[in-house]
Amino acid sequence: MADTISTGAAPAAKAATEAPSRRSVLSWLAVAWLAFAAGVGAFVTTMARFLFPNVLFEPPSSFKAGYPSDYQVGEVDERWKEKFQIWVVRTPEMIYALITVCTHLGCIPNWLAAQNKFKCPCHGSGYYRSGINFEGPTPRPLERAAISISPEDGQIFIDKSRKFLYEKGQWTDPAAFIKTT
Amino acid sequence: MSLEKSWRRLQRAVVETQVWKSIFRVGIPNTNRKRVLAMLGNVVLHLHPVKTRKSGVKMRYTWCAGGMTFFLFLVLTFTGLLLMFYYRPTIEYAYGDMIDLREQVPFGVMREMHRWGAHAMVIAVWIHMFRVFMTGSYKPPREFNWNVGVVLLVLTLLLSFTGYLLPWDQLAIWAITVGSNMARATPLAGNEGPFSAQIAVNGVNLVTAGSDARFGLLGGRIVGANALLRFYVLHCVFIPLVAAFLMAVHFWRVRKDGGISGPL
Repeated sequence: MADTISTGAAPAAKAATEAPSRRSVLSWLAVAWLAFAAGVGAFVTTMARFLFPNVLFEPPSSFKAGYPSDYQVGEVDERWKEKFQIWVVRTPEMIYALITVCTHLGCIPNWLAAQNKFKCPCHGSGYYRSGINFEGPTPRPLERAAISISPEDGQIFIDKSRKFLYEKGQWTDPAAFIKTT
Repeated sequence: MSLEKSWRRLQRAVVETQVWKSIFRVGIPNTNRKRVLAMLGNVVLHLHPVKTRKSGVKMRYTWCAGGMTFFLFLVLTFTGLLLMFYYRPTIEYAYGDMIDLREQVPFGVMREMHRWGAHAMVIAVWIHMFRVFMTGSYKPPREFNWNVGVVLLVLTLLLSFTGYLLPWDQLAIWAITVGSNMARATPLAGNEGPFSAQIAVNGVNLVTAGSDARFGLLGGRIVGANALLRFYVLHCVFIPLVAAFLMAVHFWRVRKDGGISGPL
């Protein structure tokens, strides 16, 4: 008993002189929690950035499509449909490239030459050869891709990463068609 | 008579070995104390309540819909695990492996069981939700559990969505094309949605076709190899883990609020 009393007194006296103040404990805790939150935030950000790759192994979005003389006036050409999802349409005045993605929900329409229209097999959206929609659930026309004559060899150069939307008035942009008259 | 005696002697000899006693600590649960100790001392059994209330087996009340959903989840986990031995989530092999599973692997109907089980689980989870609503089992103190249940419903539908892509057939590719195209239209996070153009630093758009929610979901701009692998990981690992955790919360809350179909 005497043992515990004497040993009890010494640590109590020691603790009285070294007890931390309320303020120092709270500020220490605040720093600790902030550091923890920063650590967690950094981890989550790293993880999120991890999910967005810098390099993609996808087909190229631009390509050379041959010479204007390869395309007949008044025809919708389907030679690049499978590989690049592009229709090359030639009218008496111009050549333009339609992107073969239905503007309703993303299926690939078919060109029905006999009925002179593009028709989507998924929900029946219909477009004229210009790309303007006229039937079915789609709210807007097909999109056109940037098309130009390459200065190097005179071939048609189509760039799908640049799109032109009719409803935004972009079809009059000179990059959206090749003038042939 | 002597056969019974020697049988009893054999039993006693086995039960008194160190090996036996190290596994079965409590002995035959023939007193209430021993019954409780046997349940609480076992990692699998202690997840269940020690006693089942009479209200817990009222099938007319619960339709056993939640139980069915959980059972189907376990069936899907198990069949899905078996399917993983044969299925490779690459665009060269996915469809072929799925066909081979059906045709060449013995009991390849496992693939169909997984698919039908998925349909059944979605139906069961809706029935369960309907039942909980109709019996008012979402009212206080059970509101939090209702919310957990809604999140579980969304996770079930996401499991269906991610799993749908894995056969890599026409149905899969177009369904996911349509679904992921919707992600493009998300406000703020989708590059064709409202307010996405406003998120720009120094005139450089941060939310583009190559950096929006749809890109993150597919791992690319098209539904291709990256999308297949991502959906496979989501379907087999990530969403099941989150769902399992939330199910644990869901069942725990049921227990704590008085047991299944306990009086309101």
